[in-house]
Amino acid sequence: MGLEAYLKDTGFITTQVNAIIAWARKNSVWPMPMGISCCAIEMMAVGDPKYDIARFGSEVMRFTPRQCDLMIVAGTVTYKMAPVVRKIYDQMPDPKWVIAMGACTSSGGMYRSYSVVQGIDQFLPVDIYLAGCPPRPDNLIHALMKIQEKIGKTKASQFPNLASDVKSITLPDLNVIQNN
Amino acid sequence: MDFKELITQKLKEKFPSVEFELTEYRDELTIKFDKKFIVEVCSFLKASLDLEFSWCSDVTAVDWANRKNRFTVVYNIFSMKHNFRLRLKADVDESDCNIDSVSSVWQAANWQERETYDMYGIKFNNHPDLRRMYMPEEFEYHPLRKDFPLMGIPGSLPLPKK
Repeated sequence: MGLEAYLKDTGFITTQVNAIIAWARKNSVWPMPMGISCCAIEMMAVGDPKYDIARFGSEVMRFTPRQCDLMIVAGTVTYKMAPVVRKIYDQMPDPKWVIAMGACTSSGGMYRSYSVVQGIDQFLPVDIYLAGCPPRPDNLIHALMKIQEKIGKTKASQFPNLASDVKSITLPDLNVIQNN
Repeated sequence: MDFKELITQKLKEKFPSVEFELTEYRDELTIKFDKKFIVEVCSFLKASLDLEFSWCSDVTAVDWANRKNRFTVVYNIFSMKHNFRLRLKADVDESDCNIDSVSSVWQAANWQERETYDMYGIKFNNHPDLRRMYMPEEFEYHPLRKDFPLMGIPGSLPLPKK
């Protein structure tokens, strides 16, 4: 192919470690398909040849959280399901990102009810809120491109070894149910 | 003889001491009676060869909020043989919030009664496994009661820390 053929003998490229890591990272985002309800159907459509998420290097939907960088929370999260979602998120290796796919995960959506968490940002750090009920597959691809944009701007120094650093981090306790 | 009349007649013959309150609306028959006879009447409706109500399709309840007998437990049963649906009702008061379980008559009533217990807090006596159906086991309230707020009670359902 063009560039490789041209550079194959003596050629070399200079770059920054940050840049090449971010470039590699953003083009191989492996999603964890946290398909809980109907949004998961649109998420499956994203993998098919018509929309083809493989064009963005994200076709490997891993069903074990230990191999994933991106959690797509697709569907209504109830209070009973929330600890499960959180547990799976905790099992994913750092660095990791989260897409809140659809109205239910972003805000509770049409389920303004005692049993549904009114937005998964109450217990997960969310990077992208994706509108729609459910969002069209194009929209999910757009969210993925936004995540790639975000990953592209990261630096390796932003991801210290969290295991040794975890005690110094205190996050606010947002365990609050909104009153009606 | 009309099948509805047959049911009525059979019940009155078998249980002369029980007061049956019959309502017919849109061709549907509803029978209301005292809660202490629920198991006897249900076993009879199932076992009687002329009626054969073999399937308990639903058990649920109604919360009337301010009424004297606050709850009504509703049983929807079906006779496969006669293709006929029948509704049974029994009042339950809040001070004595229990009714005998019909899960010994219809196995299917087991989970339906658990659901009713979960949502309304009505206890089913002699139920083999009366645990909550939907809500977490440590949850203290009954969400379909009229005094339960739509958005729940703050702090009653724990979320994982962020």
